[in-house]
Order: sequence, then C-alpha cells, then structure tokens
Amino acid sequence: MKAAVVQFPGSNCEWDTVRAIEIVTGNKPVLVWHKDRVPLDTDLVVLPGGFSYGDYLRAGAIARFSPVMQSVIDFAGAGGLVLGICNGFQILLESGLLPGGMLRNKNLHFVCKWVYLRCERRDLPFSNAAPDVIRLPIAHAQGNYYAAPELLRELERNQQILFRYCDERGNVCPAVNPNGSVGEIAGIVNKAGNVLGMMPHPERAVDPELGGTDGRFIFESIGRWLSKTAAS
Amino acid sequence: MFQGHVIVTLKKDVMDPQGKAILEAAHHLNLPEVKELRAGRYFSVVIDAENEQVAREKLDALCRSLLANPVIETYRIQLEQYHTEE
Repeated sequence: MKAAVVQFPGSNCEWDTVRAIEIVTGNKPVLVWHKDRVPLDTDLVVLPGGFSYGDYLRAGAIARFSPVMQSVIDFAGAGGLVLGICNGFQILLESGLLPGGMLRNKNLHFVCKWVYLRCERRDLPFSNAAPDVIRLPIAHAQGNYYAAPELLRELERNQQILFRYCDERGNVCPAVNPNGSVGEIAGIVNKAGNVLGMMPHPERAVDPELGGTDGRFIFESIGRWLSKTAAS
Repeated sequence: MFQGHVIVTLKKDVMDPQGKAILEAAHHLNLPEVKELRAGRYFSVVIDAENEQVAREKLDALCRSLLANPVIETYRIQLEQYHTEE
C-alpha cells in the first residue's frame, strides 16, 4: 500500500497518521508538502487533522487552494481512495469533493473526548473490516455537519452516511451527538464511495496505550481493500 | 477603482450557535430588548475595474468562490467609488 499524507501549513496530525498507517499496514506513507503533487503511484491520499492556515476564513477554505489539491481532485476523480480526517474532512467539503458544509459546534465548545460510532456500511474500502460499533476520539470546534433537508435525503438515499454518533450499544440519538450535526452524522462518503470525510480521529486510536485501538479497523479495511483490488 | 463592502452571514435556515450565544450574553447584560442576533463576517475589498457593473461581477465571483461558502452562507455586497484617505 502506497499512502500519501498531505502536509498543509497548520496540519498537526500528519505524523500521527503516518505512524498509524505504518503500524497497522506495515507500509510507511510518504509526506507530501501542500505545494507538491501527489505521487503518481499513490493508492491512498490522507488529508490529516489540524488547523490548516489557522482556520482563517472558514476551516479548510484556504487549504482548498493549495497546489496539491488539484492533484488530489484528479486522483479522486480517477477512483483513488481519499480519506479526510477532521480538518481533512473540512477541506474535502470546501473543495467540493464531498457535499454539505461544516458549522461551529452547537454548544460552541471545542469538544475533545471519546465517542461511539455506528458503522452503516461494510461494503466500502474504508469499513470492510469494521464491526457495528467503534470507539474513536474526536477533537474539534467545527464538526457540526450541515446538509440542507434535500441534500440530507439524497445522502440517505445514496447510502453516503458511513458513521453516525451513537451510544455504546449502537443506538443513534441526538443525546450522544457531540456537535449538533444533522442526522448525527460523523462521516460521509461521496457517491462513488472512494472519498471519505470523518470528524473522529482513527489515527489516534491504534495503540492500547492511548486508550483504544478501533482506529485500526479503518486502516486495516483500506489495506485489505487495496490488496484485494491489486489481486483481481 | 471601487470600494466594496461584503457582509457574509449564515443562511436564515442554518443554525447560528455563535449568534445565539451573543444574544444570550446581551440578555445577561440586561438588554432583553435585543430580540434577534446573527453573527457574520465583514470584508473590505478594493477592486480595480472599468465600471461599477464589472466591479460588482468580480466581487460577486470572489464571494461565491472564496469569501462565502454558498452551502451554508449568504452574502451582501455594497459598492462605492474608492477614495484614498489623505
């Protein structure tokens, strides 16, 4: 697996992501500076968490114009796997690779805690190894995903919602939603299913020393998917 | 040259947690008369264009593609002749 982790000015989860992918898949990703292009032989592009460009204007709004993004958009258009985590999710929304927008958390607080997520699909590159419920940490002030009612219906119809906030038994309800997102959404994919944006941080949950290992399911799924597609 | 004033706010039907918190603070200030409050951002933009219509088109393009996110936000533009401050 050849993964590329993009580094924007203000990214701060890129090294965690590199290490997590290496621990779980055995393959060390390359770091790609935002002024460069994604290497041609890349299998997976990760837009990591952080505060690209200091969250100026809107989270992700300036990073979208970084030179690297055109190669990410081309890569995604050709069916390449793209994973946006937290700020990476915000960048995917701003760049139009995923639909909808991101608002400030409903309670206005920066929320930093562990949450449970219900995995709604198992047929995707990002979730084929995941159980029904996983536990991951979140850390964000703007994770309140918004889609107008019509778009929300479209997301439901196309099964584009991959993760929803839930309790430990998998019950999705507003009471456990940490940021006020519509439909308790924590992560969505594009129609084709090759681009995932998620607010929780799988890269922070690959080592039991750090409180949990459910983030491994995401990277294991991707590794499994890629080796399957390479074999066929 | 034209001086543009751009105000970006969240769309009416989009929840504005920041505006709501400021409204509550206004009530704590003993100003219950404040009934509605929406937060937003202001941009001052100077544009070099041959006439007002072209300036408006350029400013509109800037708003649509950068200053505002049309998924969640709406914007208002005001234009006037640009005067350098002496």
